[in-house]
Amino acid sequence: MNREDTAAKIAALIAPFNKKGVAITDATTFAGDLEFDSLTVMDFVAEIEDAFDIIISMNAQAEIETYGQLVDAVVRLQG
Amino acid sequence: MSEGINEADRPQVLEGAGTDLFSKFDPLIEMRRSLLATGQEDPFSLVMERVISPTIAVCNGRETILLGTYNYMGMTFDPDVIEAGKQALDDYGAGTTGSRVLNGTYAGHKAVEQALCEFYAMDHAMVFSTGYQANLGIISTIAGKGDYIVLDIDSHASIWDGCKLGDAEIVPFKHNDIEAMEKRLKRIPAGAGKLVILEGVYSMLGDIAPLKEMVRVAKENGAMVLVDEAHSMGFIGPNGRGVAEDQGCLDEVDFVIGTFSKSVGTVGGFCVSNHPKFEIMRLVCRPYVFTASLPPSVVATAATSIRKLMHGSNKRAHLWENSKVLHQGLREAGFQLGTAEPQSAIIAVIMPDLERGAAMWEALLKEGLYVNLARPPATPANMTLLRCSLCAEHTFEQVQTIIGMFKRAGAKVGIIG
Repeated sequence: MNREDTAAKIAALIAPFNKKGVAITDATTFAGDLEFDSLTVMDFVAEIEDAFDIIISMNAQAEIETYGQLVDAVVRLQG
Repeated sequence: MSEGINEADRPQVLEGAGTDLFSKFDPLIEMRRSLLATGQEDPFSLVMERVISPTIAVCNGRETILLGTYNYMGMTFDPDVIEAGKQALDDYGAGTTGSRVLNGTYAGHKAVEQALCEFYAMDHAMVFSTGYQANLGIISTIAGKGDYIVLDIDSHASIWDGCKLGDAEIVPFKHNDIEAMEKRLKRIPAGAGKLVILEGVYSMLGDIAPLKEMVRVAKENGAMVLVDEAHSMGFIGPNGRGVAEDQGCLDEVDFVIGTFSKSVGTVGGFCVSNHPKFEIMRLVCRPYVFTASLPPSVVATAATSIRKLMHGSNKRAHLWENSKVLHQGLREAGFQLGTAEPQSAIIAVIMPDLERGAAMWEALLKEGLYVNLARPPATPANMTLLRCSLCAEHTFEQVQTIIGMFKRAGAKVGIIG
């Protein structure tokens, strides 16, 4: 799946987690802007993993701070 | 600048210096300050002034029933255990002053490892200085770069820290969710080494894992399996070997991690295994090599206690009875509990928030009962818990007294009607 399609699919998945309706760009941060706590991160990562049939290990998660980095990582992990 | 441990930094940036490295703890310092400012007794600095028995101590000046220790089988004051420790002190001295792989392996260390092999009916046993170090050492050493660790999200801190110390890819799954575990195992690239880490009893809520199913799925997907049985050893299973024994899948488990600081009644940790190459771990496992071995008196008490636990079926039966009576009593009193049915010797009472949890903890202490106050990040789903852990030495009358104390304290704090 290319970056555009991947981004669209992630955008649909993130909506229920975006409780405050923050406008999301590639620079949006999960911890700061979206205020994800560790439990939310776990649930959200599980959704993404299942939707794309990939593993985002904790090691990989540590490198992902922004929405743009997540999209890039999911594109890469799909191989 | 801080004047005491309970004071937040003011100003955050020290004059003529960089940022105070302790500034990151300010939110916690402030939380403690505001909690204690209400006159609340500090739940995290209790002192046991005298210990009268496995179930009674004098705490903060009051005689108190202990319902928050991991002394499940009441072995701490067993006369044979005490005698073995005293004898070892006389014969071998206070400590070994050395690593297990240099001058720190005494006859007692080999004897306790032999006792563990017999207790679990397994080929190899390796004793660490604590249970924490057993997880730290085994996990970080066996799963290396390019390997994958698939583990339950509610795993104990020592398991997470073992993951952090090693170089494997870490993949958590939802607590006790067999399907979530299986999906992740199937996504691991072909050829990568796989280690699944589970616990028999999860200590926060006292719930057990569906090990039989989970171990089967792990094996079908080519993973090795490590099970931490810290909270089940000595109590659960026909021979007290833990939840895996109870569910009939111990033979399929590659590594069992356990501790001497719960049912065994002293301190230390271990791993038992049937892996034919297991002994090499003694040379490559850094938390085993680069620390001093346990004192001779500790391994002597542990070996004696483990051998007595092999014949502990009457005590196991009484502990189950205690767990059932307390669970039913608290449930009928209107408390919300961590499990619908008692699954272990731990019964977790769910508190609405930290403030009322701390108030309830203090009310119980004033009644003469000690329980553990557990709060995030140790607890799942940000819960505040009062964790009760029963002992085989609690009498039926003590359990009834405990239920009465909970009812009075719960009504006083407004947790129950």
